[in-house]
Amino acid sequence: MRRSPRLLALVTAGSLGASLAACGSGEDTPAPAGGPIAVQATDTSCEVARTSTEAGTSVFAITNKGQKVTEFYVYAPGDRVMAEVENVAPGLSRNLHVELPAGTYETACKPGMIGKGIRGQFTVAGSAAPLTDDAALLAATESYSRYVKSQTGALLERTTEFVAAVKAGDVAKAKELFPIARTYWERIEPVAEIFGDLDPRIDGREEVTEEGLKFGGFHRIEKDLWIDGSAAKSGPIADQLLTDVKEIVQKANAEKLSPLQLANGAKALLDEVAAGKITGEEDRYSHTDLWDFNANVEGSKAAIAALRPVLQERDPALVKTLDTEFANVDATLGKHRAGDAWKLHTELSKADLKELSDAINALAEPISQVAAVVAKKKA
Amino acid sequence: MAKISRRRALTLAGVGAAGIAGTGAAALRFTADANAGANPDPVTGAVAFTGAHQAGIVTPAQDRLHFVAFDVITKDRDRLIRLLKEWTAAAARMTAGQDAGEIGAVAGIPEAPPDDTGEAIGLPPCALTITVGFGPTLFRGADGRDRFGLAARRPAALEPLPRFTGDTLDEALSGGDIGIQACANDPQVAVHAIRNLARIGMGTVSVRWSQLGFGRTSSTSTAQATPRNLFGFKDGTRNLKAEQEELLREHLWVQPGDGPDWMAGGSYLVTRKIRMLVETWDRSPLAEQETIIGRHKGSGAPLGLSDEFEEPDFTAVGADGEPLIPTTAHARLAHPDANKGARILRRGYNFVDGSDGLGRLNAGLFFIGYQRDPRTGFIPVQRSLAAQDEMNEYVRHVSSGLFACPPGVTGPDDHWGSALFA
Repeated sequence: MRRSPRLLALVTAGSLGASLAACGSGEDTPAPAGGPIAVQATDTSCEVARTSTEAGTSVFAITNKGQKVTEFYVYAPGDRVMAEVENVAPGLSRNLHVELPAGTYETACKPGMIGKGIRGQFTVAGSAAPLTDDAALLAATESYSRYVKSQTGALLERTTEFVAAVKAGDVAKAKELFPIARTYWERIEPVAEIFGDLDPRIDGREEVTEEGLKFGGFHRIEKDLWIDGSAAKSGPIADQLLTDVKEIVQKANAEKLSPLQLANGAKALLDEVAAGKITGEEDRYSHTDLWDFNANVEGSKAAIAALRPVLQERDPALVKTLDTEFANVDATLGKHRAGDAWKLHTELSKADLKELSDAINALAEPISQVAAVVAKKKA
Repeated sequence: MAKISRRRALTLAGVGAAGIAGTGAAALRFTADANAGANPDPVTGAVAFTGAHQAGIVTPAQDRLHFVAFDVITKDRDRLIRLLKEWTAAAARMTAGQDAGEIGAVAGIPEAPPDDTGEAIGLPPCALTITVGFGPTLFRGADGRDRFGLAARRPAALEPLPRFTGDTLDEALSGGDIGIQACANDPQVAVHAIRNLARIGMGTVSVRWSQLGFGRTSSTSTAQATPRNLFGFKDGTRNLKAEQEELLREHLWVQPGDGPDWMAGGSYLVTRKIRMLVETWDRSPLAEQETIIGRHKGSGAPLGLSDEFEEPDFTAVGADGEPLIPTTAHARLAHPDANKGARILRRGYNFVDGSDGLGRLNAGLFFIGYQRDPRTGFIPVQRSLAAQDEMNEYVRHVSSGLFACPPGVTGPDDHWGSALFA
């Protein structure tokens, strides 16, 4: 899991707006409707210059006049993160680009980067041509949505079995089902991360549990099973897990994904591998990281597969590279199969992990180029 | 957008870069001077990237180092050549104070990762040099395989180093198919260079080990004062200097006929990470420290003399009838007279990698030595030191590397290793 969602619509933080204009390469991105919207943030206030705008890509220019480091968010109803910019240090200005369809939103500054933030209403009216107006890109998102549906179905089924085993006190069965239920979670993790609090509740690790929040979810049960060797106290946590999974499944299936989310999601899944699975920190009690590793790669592959016709048309060389590197990851990972299952993280040597890390990096680099290909409007 | 300097990128970036503009402003003048004037500031200006020899060898030693050794993980020779071309272009840009890629850190489209990592925005070139070398394993793998059809082109001088008495080498910190030395007068500039080369190389090469260094421990120019190593002694008093062209031809640069043509004008690079047991050293009496080194700690002069640059007198004896400079002294054993005239151009750096978990500084000297042929340069000198040097009680050699550094890149159409892969 990640501490905060990263899979955002059309988001970049930084100083891109000005440099784009200066370099005359601005045709790649739609012109912001009505210019940047200034946001003056202090430790106690969040002044957004306009509270409404036209549909399309908006740019928020956030200036932190306070003493604390701040964040700025745009939320859709239900606190779904549309865009965020983190770590705006005092005195600094950052730009946030976001593609917003018509609707009502909330803006929020978070001085000190904690809490719900200082909220304000924000309305978007009118209509803009979304990227999915391109038939091939629309087909890509529809194809990936079907994948998400199939995976969430299995996730719910397997989590239900896992929860039942935990509640029945069957530690052996629960241990067996743990990495299997997680496979479906890990395949679609970037989608899950869209839903603010649900992701940390389901998949949060002990040290990233927010202040005031109890350590629960998959990894809490993992600790009970592997460290305590007992599920006696895990019942209520398992119940909560199932409730949360049901909610996320429902939300994920209702979610309209943008093609950029697919592209960034494919990359985010590999980043998950590079950051948490290679190191063994994700499944630190069970050491079943390779199950997650494989699932992340499969999920990434599914997103790229959905985009494939578009990529093939726009950048066939990139597709060739991706095919080669995916095959290399599969072959490298394949060395660590144990029957139908995977070796434990602790059974891998440092050299094994280095080789896996190299393979993931070799794939993640070209995958990081996919979003730019997708964003490019058809000539 | 090609050839944009970091300075220019900064102005274009406008309001978004306001946070760094304050720190950048003072530095910018230097960049402008470096580009405009004939005499760039030696500390902040740019060092020419092209030339007969690679920069970063006789270039006056900069203050900071980031060294990296890569393993080549591709089997595809063309892909390796492609990387060397991309690296050369990026290195040429970065040493001129520009971004690593043609687009730059902040000028690309929002959806794509920038082709420069950006931490050097606003910093002048800082005399950055990037020097590349090829390890023996690039020519033939540990399993004896001719990996890229280069086996026949491996110079005899690139034979892996022998094991020296007392070596406690960590294999994971040693060797490598390609070594790259980045030196600069600002650590951020050196780190930026290596980080971007590693980023560009992902999937083709894999970082095997790397080392940060500070406080050059040698002078490579007569214009520089002799610095001190972490034992507190002046180091490199008698080093080969850029101004000694005759000696450089004899001891530093590979001459035509020495071996394969692709190395003519190049040099062989030996790296050794030498951990210093500084806590025990610091407990030893001054007189013992000085006899171990063979020089006075304060002046750097040979024992019995008063000027740093005086020629040591190895025949002088003290009142006790023993040699004033002991036969086991470091300066005597390393002296050309004791090594058939062998001389090496050193440009090592101090390192401190934090502490070691026992509360001891994980510190020492990252030795870097260039020579025309390690078989007559580093190897005999180190053999003699390994066997007799009293200093061995206070040092451990933990990492070792040997790289053949080809001659310089001649111009925009040339690239690192072009003659090797031709």
